[in-house]
Amino acid sequence: METLVTKLLHLPPVASAHGTDLDNLMLYVHVLMGVLFVGWSVFFGYAIWRFRKSRSPKADHAGVRSHVSSYLEVAVAVIEAVLLVGFAVPLWARSASATNFPAEADATVVRVIGRQFNWMARYAGPDGVFGLADAKHLSGANPLGIDPDDANAKDDIVTENSEIYVPVGKPVIAHISSLDVIHSFAVRQMRITQDAIPGLSIPVWFTPTQVGVYQITCAQLCGNGHSNMRGLLRVVTQPEYDAWLRSKSKTAAEPVSYD
Amino acid sequence: MTATTHPGSTATAHAAGGHAPHAGPTGFLWKYVFSTDHKVIGIQYGLTALVFLLLGYGLMALMRWQLAYPGQPIPVFGELLLRALGPDMADRGIMTPDLYNSFGAMHGTIMVFLAVVPLAFGAFGNYVVPLQIGAPDMAFPKINMASYWCYFAGGVVMLVSFFIPGGAAKSGWTSYSPLATVADLAHRFDGQTFWLMGMVLLITSSLLGSVNFIATIIQLRAKGMGWLRLPFFVWAQFVTAFLLLLAFPPLEAAGIMQLMDNLLGTSFFLPTGLVVSGRPLDVSGGGSPLLWQHLFWFLGHPEVYVLILPAMGIVAEVLANNTRKPLFGYKSLVYSALAIGFLSFIVWAHHMYLTGMGTKISTFFQTTTMMISIPSVIILTALFISLWGGSIRFNTPMLFALAFLPMFGIGGLTGLPLGFSATDIQLHDTYYVIGHFHYVVAPGTIFALFAGIYYWFPKATGRMMNEYWGRVHFVLSFIFMNLVFLPMFVQGLEGMSRRRDDGGATYAAGEGVYGLSLALKLNVGISHAAWLLGVAQVPFMINLFWSLWRGPKVVSDNPWQATTLEWATPTPPPHGNFTHRPVVYRGPYDYSLPGSPTDYAPQNLPA
Repeated sequence: METLVTKLLHLPPVASAHGTDLDNLMLYVHVLMGVLFVGWSVFFGYAIWRFRKSRSPKADHAGVRSHVSSYLEVAVAVIEAVLLVGFAVPLWARSASATNFPAEADATVVRVIGRQFNWMARYAGPDGVFGLADAKHLSGANPLGIDPDDANAKDDIVTENSEIYVPVGKPVIAHISSLDVIHSFAVRQMRITQDAIPGLSIPVWFTPTQVGVYQITCAQLCGNGHSNMRGLLRVVTQPEYDAWLRSKSKTAAEPVSYD
Repeated sequence: MTATTHPGSTATAHAAGGHAPHAGPTGFLWKYVFSTDHKVIGIQYGLTALVFLLLGYGLMALMRWQLAYPGQPIPVFGELLLRALGPDMADRGIMTPDLYNSFGAMHGTIMVFLAVVPLAFGAFGNYVVPLQIGAPDMAFPKINMASYWCYFAGGVVMLVSFFIPGGAAKSGWTSYSPLATVADLAHRFDGQTFWLMGMVLLITSSLLGSVNFIATIIQLRAKGMGWLRLPFFVWAQFVTAFLLLLAFPPLEAAGIMQLMDNLLGTSFFLPTGLVVSGRPLDVSGGGSPLLWQHLFWFLGHPEVYVLILPAMGIVAEVLANNTRKPLFGYKSLVYSALAIGFLSFIVWAHHMYLTGMGTKISTFFQTTTMMISIPSVIILTALFISLWGGSIRFNTPMLFALAFLPMFGIGGLTGLPLGFSATDIQLHDTYYVIGHFHYVVAPGTIFALFAGIYYWFPKATGRMMNEYWGRVHFVLSFIFMNLVFLPMFVQGLEGMSRRRDDGGATYAAGEGVYGLSLALKLNVGISHAAWLLGVAQVPFMINLFWSLWRGPKVVSDNPWQATTLEWATPTPPPHGNFTHRPVVYRGPYDYSLPGSPTDYAPQNLPA
């Protein structure tokens, strides 16, 4: 969705519920920057014209005596404090404080795992429980080392093609991690970025508001395939999502395959 | 306490006042190569750093081809790269992703640690600080020499690493673990190993330099040179020295730990359960990749102020001299520099907002980040206001110093949306960041360094640089710097990530998918501007060497009619600097005193 703000700042169209608040803060900060820069520039331009040697042959030892600049500096500090306390901190708390997360029951929960050089997604499947995993089960067909004997793991869904499906209008909780080096899971139009750090699983959440296909960027240098580590976030309607899940899920009787 | 109370100090004993001037070393080797004279060491630092500045630029100029025309052979240089580095790096003259990553990592490393810091601190600090405080040399001349040669050795190690199997380090100048450890598993002594060894040498060099500066500024000030009579440049170098002293050791420790991870099988920065290329990595695990980031940025952020404070110092000197009036708010400048120095140690994690940081910690670092913007705003505002009431001379040093102000303004202001963690979500690791810190360092710091070169060149050589070509250098540099870096903010806002060997082409807009469009077009224009920026340096290079031998000789020891002590020496200053031990009677910027016959009163002019 394009808004006045995304157009003014040349931001990607926004497609998540919290994105607009973030864009607004971006605008306010840029307005502050613009005002300061224009103010300095006007003063600067006038001063070097007015006080050039040919027009001002003798300098004034005392120069500026007023303390207007001190008031300006205090004003800048106050505006920064307002932006910080009023906008930046609450916006961050939305995504970074565990207490602000939606209930898992009301959300689409997906684990996103980066590796050189693609994204894997893991869903809990119909039972809603992620199965166990261990490095000893690792194989080409089982890149996450999911335990084949764990009942909860039988219906887990793993995609390795860097595509992640989520339904529109419902919060998504994505647990971000990595198998090898640090990657960064960024979906610009969702206004989320989270480093994928091996050894850690870090949750982020967002609510997609528009059906569509969105690019997933790896935003942290991860090796010589970094520039190709693109993925797609497919935001679909709930019925389409359910159908996709059914097409991917396996009954416990079938052999496990994680593609 | 001033130098005169230390008769036992060998350095002060060299000062003339009553003694016969200490004879300098004879013979080319001891006079110009293994010299302990702060001026020779300063010039050694300066020339070496300028070579690295050109090299760092050259790496980037080649990368810009790959960004503008991904996958196409580089004209002329592609063939040279193929011959020098082999087909693994430059297959058919095309820059491979590995070579791109290598050049990227080394561009940053060279520019920060081998070019700009050595120029700002090693060259200008060494040459100018002892002169400005009225000292005969640095407090520890041999440590000073050791500092330069450690730096030189570090530079050689970094240069050699380009030609070893696997090529130079390729994990960014930040060298994040685990990538830095696993990026080149095929080679045991890989580019990263060389990088770490080079860094240990460079850090050692900085530590030797910093203790020397601190001792010199505290102990060797001339009689009457009280703390609040120090030129702002000296204050800036003083704070810088403390930053280097306190920020670098954690990185030196971290560097040795990462070296052990790479060579000896430790896991300081490697967590349990790493799976690389489908196989579990054979390490014990249990380490933390974030520990590296904390240690790196604990250096990395103060390092930003190591880059900018000396630049502010140079600009302050040149502005005062060419407005012919004192700086506005000298004391507030000094206190702001001290505040920046202190605060710069508690903002580092604003580079790490997206590593899973909670609300409390991010609030702390956002608050300190906003706090450090205040002294920066105070310094910049004071320098702007200093223009008011002046009689401004627009010579080449002044043009560069004036341009520094709005350029650093852009660099500083664009730090604000990166300093708020919420807006950083969108801008982190995009070209917005590249634009931001390059405005601080390139048209910011490097312009100040150019101002310093044009300003102090007559003192160091006895000849003036050519004014006309200086102006040409300025105008062209100013235009192309902005054409390079201004469009990067647009690219960043559009969502273009940094460190992509295809310039982001993978993320081009597709059927039904929003993606990069304008950003990719801008890549081409930026690259051409970057190459022309290189051409714009040709007048400077010719001017520098031509003026050395053919520039008009200075008619006075004080050609700019300046007030600070470096202009009270013979030109160029001999070994031991001053013919008489200087005594200071007044503040650093007594320009245009009412009722005075001249418009400047040097610090050693009795009040």
